[in-house]
Amino acid sequence: MNFAVLQFPASNCDQDAVHVLRNVLGHSARLVWHKDTSLGGADAVIVPGGFSYGDYLRTGAIARFSPVMQAVQAFAAHGGLVLGICNGFQILCEAGLLPGALIRNRSLQFRCEHIFLRAPTPDSPFTNRIPAGQLLRVPIAHGEGCYFADDTTLGQLRAQNRILWQYVDAAGQPTDAANPNGSLDNIAGICNERRNVAGLMPHPERAAEGLLGSADGRLIFESLLHELTARAARPPAA
Amino acid sequence: MPDPVITPALIKQHGLTPEEFERIRGILEREPNLTELGIFSVMWSEHCSYKNSRPLLKQFPTKSPKILVGAGEENAGIIDIGDGLAIAFKIESHNHPSAVEPFQGAATGVGGIIRDIFTMGARPVCAVNSLRFGPITTVDGSPAGPAVLKNRRLFTGVVAGIAHYGNCFGIPTIAGEVYFDASYEGNPLVNAFCLGVLRHEQIARGAAKGIGNPVFYVGPATGRDGLAGAAFASQDLTEESAEQQRGAVQVGDPFMEKLVMEACLELLATGAVAGIQDMGAAGLTCSTCETAARAGTGIEIDLAKVPQRAPNMTPYEIMLSESQERMLIIVHKGREEEVKRIFDKWDLPWAEIGFVTDTSRMVVKNHGVVVADIIARKLADEAPVYQREAREPAYLAAVRAFRLTGVPDTTDPAGNLNTLLAWPTIASKNWVYRQYDHMVRDGSVVCPGSDAAVIRIKADSLPTAADATAAVTEKYLALKVDCNAVYVYLDPYEGAKTVVAEVARNLACAGAVPLGSTDNLNYGNPHNPEIFWQLRESVRGLAEACRAFNAPVTGGNVSLYNQNPGGPIDPTPTVAMVGLVEKLEHVTTQWFKDAGDAIILLGEIADRQDPLLGLGGSAYLQRVHGLKTGSPPRCDLEREANLHLALRGLIHTGVVKSAHDCSDGGLAVALAECCISRPIARETPGLIGAVIDLSGYGDLRQDALLFGESQGRVVISVAPLHAAKVIAQAQALGVLASRLGTVGGSALQITTSAGKLEGDTRGLHDHWWHALARAMSGE
Repeated sequence: MNFAVLQFPASNCDQDAVHVLRNVLGHSARLVWHKDTSLGGADAVIVPGGFSYGDYLRTGAIARFSPVMQAVQAFAAHGGLVLGICNGFQILCEAGLLPGALIRNRSLQFRCEHIFLRAPTPDSPFTNRIPAGQLLRVPIAHGEGCYFADDTTLGQLRAQNRILWQYVDAAGQPTDAANPNGSLDNIAGICNERRNVAGLMPHPERAAEGLLGSADGRLIFESLLHELTARAARPPAA
Repeated sequence: MPDPVITPALIKQHGLTPEEFERIRGILEREPNLTELGIFSVMWSEHCSYKNSRPLLKQFPTKSPKILVGAGEENAGIIDIGDGLAIAFKIESHNHPSAVEPFQGAATGVGGIIRDIFTMGARPVCAVNSLRFGPITTVDGSPAGPAVLKNRRLFTGVVAGIAHYGNCFGIPTIAGEVYFDASYEGNPLVNAFCLGVLRHEQIARGAAKGIGNPVFYVGPATGRDGLAGAAFASQDLTEESAEQQRGAVQVGDPFMEKLVMEACLELLATGAVAGIQDMGAAGLTCSTCETAARAGTGIEIDLAKVPQRAPNMTPYEIMLSESQERMLIIVHKGREEEVKRIFDKWDLPWAEIGFVTDTSRMVVKNHGVVVADIIARKLADEAPVYQREAREPAYLAAVRAFRLTGVPDTTDPAGNLNTLLAWPTIASKNWVYRQYDHMVRDGSVVCPGSDAAVIRIKADSLPTAADATAAVTEKYLALKVDCNAVYVYLDPYEGAKTVVAEVARNLACAGAVPLGSTDNLNYGNPHNPEIFWQLRESVRGLAEACRAFNAPVTGGNVSLYNQNPGGPIDPTPTVAMVGLVEKLEHVTTQWFKDAGDAIILLGEIADRQDPLLGLGGSAYLQRVHGLKTGSPPRCDLEREANLHLALRGLIHTGVVKSAHDCSDGGLAVALAECCISRPIARETPGLIGAVIDLSGYGDLRQDALLFGESQGRVVISVAPLHAAKVIAQAQALGVLASRLGTVGGSALQITTSAGKLEGDTRGLHDHWWHALARAMSGE
C-alpha cells in the first residue's frame, strides 16, 4: 500500500510514521510537503505529530490552511482513509474533519508516558484488528490532549460508536486516574461519522517494535492495512 | 551617534582589566573604539576564552583512535562509532540566564547546544540535561519560606523551558539528573547536552575557507536580546547584575530552530557549503572571527546587510547580540543560488553579508564604513591566560577530621529508607522527565529511570545525504550524566574521580563500553584561591579517571562565577558519557525481572579501609543527621575499571537480567530501586519484592551497611541456576561477588544482624515516585 505522510514545518513525528510504515510494516510511505497540492495517489493519509508551525496560534490552527490540507479534505470526502496522530489529530479537529477540540492538559503540563488504551469497537478501519478486550500499551506525548466537545457531539460519538480509543487502567477500566489529560469520557481517539477519518492523541508509531517496549501500536496500522486490502479486493463502485 | 570616549570606567564595565586593555591596544596598535571594546570583552570572557581554566584543561585525555574531531578544534567533538557512522556531542551551561529567567534561560540553553551539534553536520537525535537547585522542601516539613518557594519556581521554570524547546524541536530528552542543595540557592545550574549522528564524510567545519567565498547569514533577524550574554555569564551573580542583565537573556524559538536545522542539513548535503558556524555565545562576533581564525583567512562583513529586528541598532549591538537560531554559512562561490533555493523553501530569512578575504583580519563595516578591524586569530586565539593562585580551602581540615564516633547507629532503618527514597535528590525524577518528550524519533530503547538511557541509531537518525543508498547498520548508544558535587566539595580530587567512575559504572550497567565524555565545569569565582584550588584538584581527578575508563574528553564548557552574595556553589564538574552497546541483547536495565532470580552484589559490601565506611558525604548523613561532611568514599580507579569490565563480560554471556549501581543512598536504596523502578504505564508500576540476607556482615555498623556509599558496587540479578556460575566467573575476573538474596514477594525484606528492615513495595514506590510532585504541590 502507498501511504502519504504529511510534512508541515516542524512536524516531528513524520519520520517515525514513515519508519514504521516502511521498515516495520513493509509498505510504501512518502512524505508530502505542506505546500504540495496533491497526495500523489496515496491509498491512505497519515497526519503525523509534532508542532506544526510551532503551534503558535493554537495547536493545528495554522496547518489547516496549508495547501495540502485542501487535498486531504477532498481525499476524505471521497472516502479515503485519514489517520491523525497527536498534533495530526489536533489538525483534523481544527480542519473540521473531526468534531471537538483538544485543549490544555488538566495538569497544565506536557505529559510523556505509557498509557493503556482500550478500543471499545472493532467496527472501524482503524480498530478492526484489535481483539476484543485487548489493552494496547502505547505512549502519549502532548501538552494539549484533553478532548473536549459539547454534549450533543459527545452524545453522537457515543451513540454512533465513534469513540475508537479510551484511556484505561491496567484492568481495562476508564478510571479518572487512568486519564492522563482530563479528556471527556477518557477519550483518546475518535472517528468521523463516515468512519474514514480518525484521530488519536497516543502515538502508535512509537509502539510498533518490541525493542521500544511495546508493539501494540501495530494493531492500529494493521487494522488500516486490513481495510485497505479489503477495499482493493472490492470491485470499484459503479 | 559619535563613539563615546573609552574611559577606565567603561573598560571595567566590560569586565576587562587595565592589563587586558593594554593587551588590546597592543594587538590593534591603536585605541579600540566602542564596538571593538565590546568584541574583545565577549571574546575574552571566560565563557568564550577559558582564560582562567585553559592551562588546567590540558590535563584531559583528548585522543583516541576513534576521535575524528578533537576537543577545542570545532564546536563539538566527533567520535567514530563504526560502519562509517560517527557521533557529535557536547554539554554546555546556561546557568546565569536560567537564574534570571528560568524558562527562557533553560530553553535557549537547549537551543544553543542543539545548534552546536548540527553545525558539525550531524542530525541531533537526543538531549540530556543536568540540573541543580536549592532545596524544594524544608527539612522538618514546616511551611516553605521564600527561599524554598523561589527554588521551586526556578525548578518549575527550567524544566518547562527545557520541555518547551526540546519537545517542540522534536528531540527526545532521554536522560538527566537533578540535585537539590543549599549551595545552589540563587545559583541554579542548567547544563544541557546534545548528541547528533552523521556519516564520516558529512563532518562540517566552522572554517571560513576559500578566498572570495560569500558569507551568508541565515535565520531570524538580529535583535537587542541577549546583548553580551557571554560576558554576563562570566561574572558573579548579584541582585543588581541580574536586574541589569535581564536583557542578556535570549528568547528561544524552537520552531525556527527546527526549520533552520532542516534547511542547514539539506544545504550541507548539496556540497555547496565551505564552512558553517552557529551564532551562539557572542553571536556574530564569535562566528566571524572564529571561522576566519580556523581557516587562517580573513573575513569582511557589512552590518547594513544583516537582517535587523529593531530600528537604529548600533554596530556594537548587532555584533554583540545573542539573538537565537542564527547561523553563519560560508558558501563556495558560484553556488549561492542553492542557499537561496533551500532557505526560501523553508521560508527562512537569509542575507549575503560579506566574503572571505586573505587579510587575516576581521573587518566589520556598517554601510561601507569600517567599524571594527581586528586580526581574527589574535582575537579568537590569543586571549590572556591566567594561572590563578590556589589555596586549599580552610573547611577541608574539619572535613578530614570528621569521624562517626558522635553519630549513633540507626535504630529505624525502615524509616530511614523511606526518608531517603522521598528525598528530592534521590526520589524518582518522573515529575521532570514526564514533561519531556523522551520517545520521539522512535529510538528510545531504555527511557529515563534506569541507570543509563539507551537509544537506537537508525537510517533516519542521519542527516540527508546526496547518495543515501548505502544501508545503515543500527547502533545502540548508552548515555548518562552525573555529578555528586557534595563529594567534590568534600574532596575535589577524590570526588571528581568518583563522578567519572559513577557515570562509567552506569554505562557498564546498561551493557555499554565508554566511547568518550564531555564535561561541564561549574564553579564559583576563580579569583578566590580556594575556589581555584577546587577547580585545579577536581580537574586532576577528572582527567585521571577519564583515562582509566578510556573515555577521552571531546569538549565541554567551563562556567565560573557561579556565586552570589550567599556564597559559591559546591564545585560541580558535571560529566556526560556516551557508550556503545554492541548488541541489542546486551542492553540491561536496573529493575528486577522475575521472582526466584538470585540477587548478587559485585564488589565489596563496604570499604573497610575507609574510617567512615562510605558514609562521608552520604545522602544518609545529610538527610538523616543534617551533616554535610566527612571524607567522601574513596575511588580506586583500577578496581573500578576492572569491575566494569567484569560486569560487561557477564552481561555479554547473556545471563544478567538486571544491573544497578549503588550510589546515593547506598545498598538499601539501590535494592529498593531494583524493586520499584520498573515502569509499565501510567499509575501502573512494575513492583516486585526481594528477600535479602545481610546478617553475615555483623561487623559493620547498620547505617554503613545499609546506607553507606562505598564505591565500586553493582547489584545484579540472574536466574537461580546461573547464580553459582556467575559468582565464580566474577571472582575469576578479579571481582568479589556475593549472593545477597532472592527476588520475589511484595516487600523488600533485609535481614541484618541487628534486625529486619521490611518495606512493602507499594509503600516504597509511593514515597519514591510521588516525592517531587508532592514537594512541588506544597504537600
